[in-house]
Amino acid sequence: MVASLAKRFGDLDIAEEAAAEAFATAVERWPADGVPPNPGAWLTTTANRKAIDRIRRENKRHDKHREALMLTDDAPPEPLGAIDDDRLRLIFTCCHPALAMEARMALTLRLVGGLTVPEIARGFLVQESAIGQRITRAKGKIAAAGIPYRVPSAQDLPARITGVLAVLFLVFNEGYLATGPDTDPVRADLTAEAIRLTRLIRELLPDDGEVAGLLALMLLTEARRPARVSAEGELVPLGEQDRGAWDAALIEEGHRLVRERLDSGVAPGRYQLLAAINAVHTDARDARDTDWSQVVALYDQLVRLDPSPIVALNRAIAVAELDGADVALAIIDRLGDALNGYHAFHVTRAELLRRLGRREEARAAYDRAIALAGNTAETAYLSRRRDDPG
Amino acid sequence: MQYLVSVIHDKSNSGTAEEARAIDEFNNRLRAGGHWVFAAGLADPSTSTVIDGRGEEPVFTDGPFIEAKEHMAGFWIIDAPDLDVALELMADGSKACNRRLEVRPILDV
Repeated sequence: MVASLAKRFGDLDIAEEAAAEAFATAVERWPADGVPPNPGAWLTTTANRKAIDRIRRENKRHDKHREALMLTDDAPPEPLGAIDDDRLRLIFTCCHPALAMEARMALTLRLVGGLTVPEIARGFLVQESAIGQRITRAKGKIAAAGIPYRVPSAQDLPARITGVLAVLFLVFNEGYLATGPDTDPVRADLTAEAIRLTRLIRELLPDDGEVAGLLALMLLTEARRPARVSAEGELVPLGEQDRGAWDAALIEEGHRLVRERLDSGVAPGRYQLLAAINAVHTDARDARDTDWSQVVALYDQLVRLDPSPIVALNRAIAVAELDGADVALAIIDRLGDALNGYHAFHVTRAELLRRLGRREEARAAYDRAIALAGNTAETAYLSRRRDDPG
Repeated sequence: MQYLVSVIHDKSNSGTAEEARAIDEFNNRLRAGGHWVFAAGLADPSTSTVIDGRGEEPVFTDGPFIEAKEHMAGFWIIDAPDLDVALELMADGSKACNRRLEVRPILDV
């Protein structure tokens, strides 16, 4: 409803407030007057009226312009299918590249996800007032800069979908590996919301391979969540997780999506490749059964799409399993200049050095990783690894 | 809506002949599409003068009003129904003048 009001009135504040007023009126009136025969249409009509009242009251500078628009827009409330289109427009608006990334995440969770400001603030460990300001400023820019409520043109669509997916992936990751000390290592509210919104986008854009890929990636990652943190609050690495604790239904759904993309014959994008890698991992009943040659082959494809040192680092981890720790360490040491400030680089180096029996160097690498890691469960795990003589 | 599109530049040399040709071509497209309002290049920032008329007597001082690594080398004022149209148009404008641009809405009066 907020989405269709936003489209009609071109103002997010008015849309949100009118929707809230309509619900409040319903709560007041329905118990006395009875529920109207078509509650949805009743709410929409009421919210439309509330919005018009509000605009009249506020008597804004654009008043005449808006009223002129409303006079010409006499269309009856839109049929159900159009509501989906409105939500899609709203998503593209919230994830507009002209907004700062932090603002896009907060705005998407607030307006598309319906989370409250305190919920978002908890999710990102930011003061409520800061989130409130971020949202207000972003709405202000949308209105003042003329960011449209529109699905982008066909020519811009792929780039803009990529932008939307980047927002959702960041939200998911923030929930999955929460940064910052003194917080839960996994924040399921954020991962669940990211998955819900990605499902919504998949319903709206069912033919987009990368949307399917991101959903599969999230599902296959989320499936491992129950096994990911030990009872002692330590992060459990993939190879040591209790695979029986993984969520079989999520894995099944993720695998189905990955198979669907493979069958399409269309060259996969980044998220589809990451999902495929996760599918290989979750396909193995035992960590020792992992098809590492398949994982390395997928990473080879990913490196061609995205030659970043982080992808190269992850590929090296798979290479270590396939060709040995010494081969992987040689690859990783070439990445040191680019990744010296990245904790996962030092974690990987430490693990490889340990496997090669170079204990002193391994210890130094663990120290560096612990100093850089922000996640409590991860710090706990690394400290134990460092001090473990095994 | 109207947008001010500032050309961001970090040197004070003027554009090349090739850039000027590309800008002319781009401007013709803006006119053909009905987006053109006005455009101009600006002289070097060292030629600017700052006016403060807020007091009783106006004060004139050597400009620019802010020392910056980057300054405005020129501008367009364009007409576009929304930001997406403005961004799409001016992505080509940035290519034509071979400089970064900043797009900012003009308040209507």
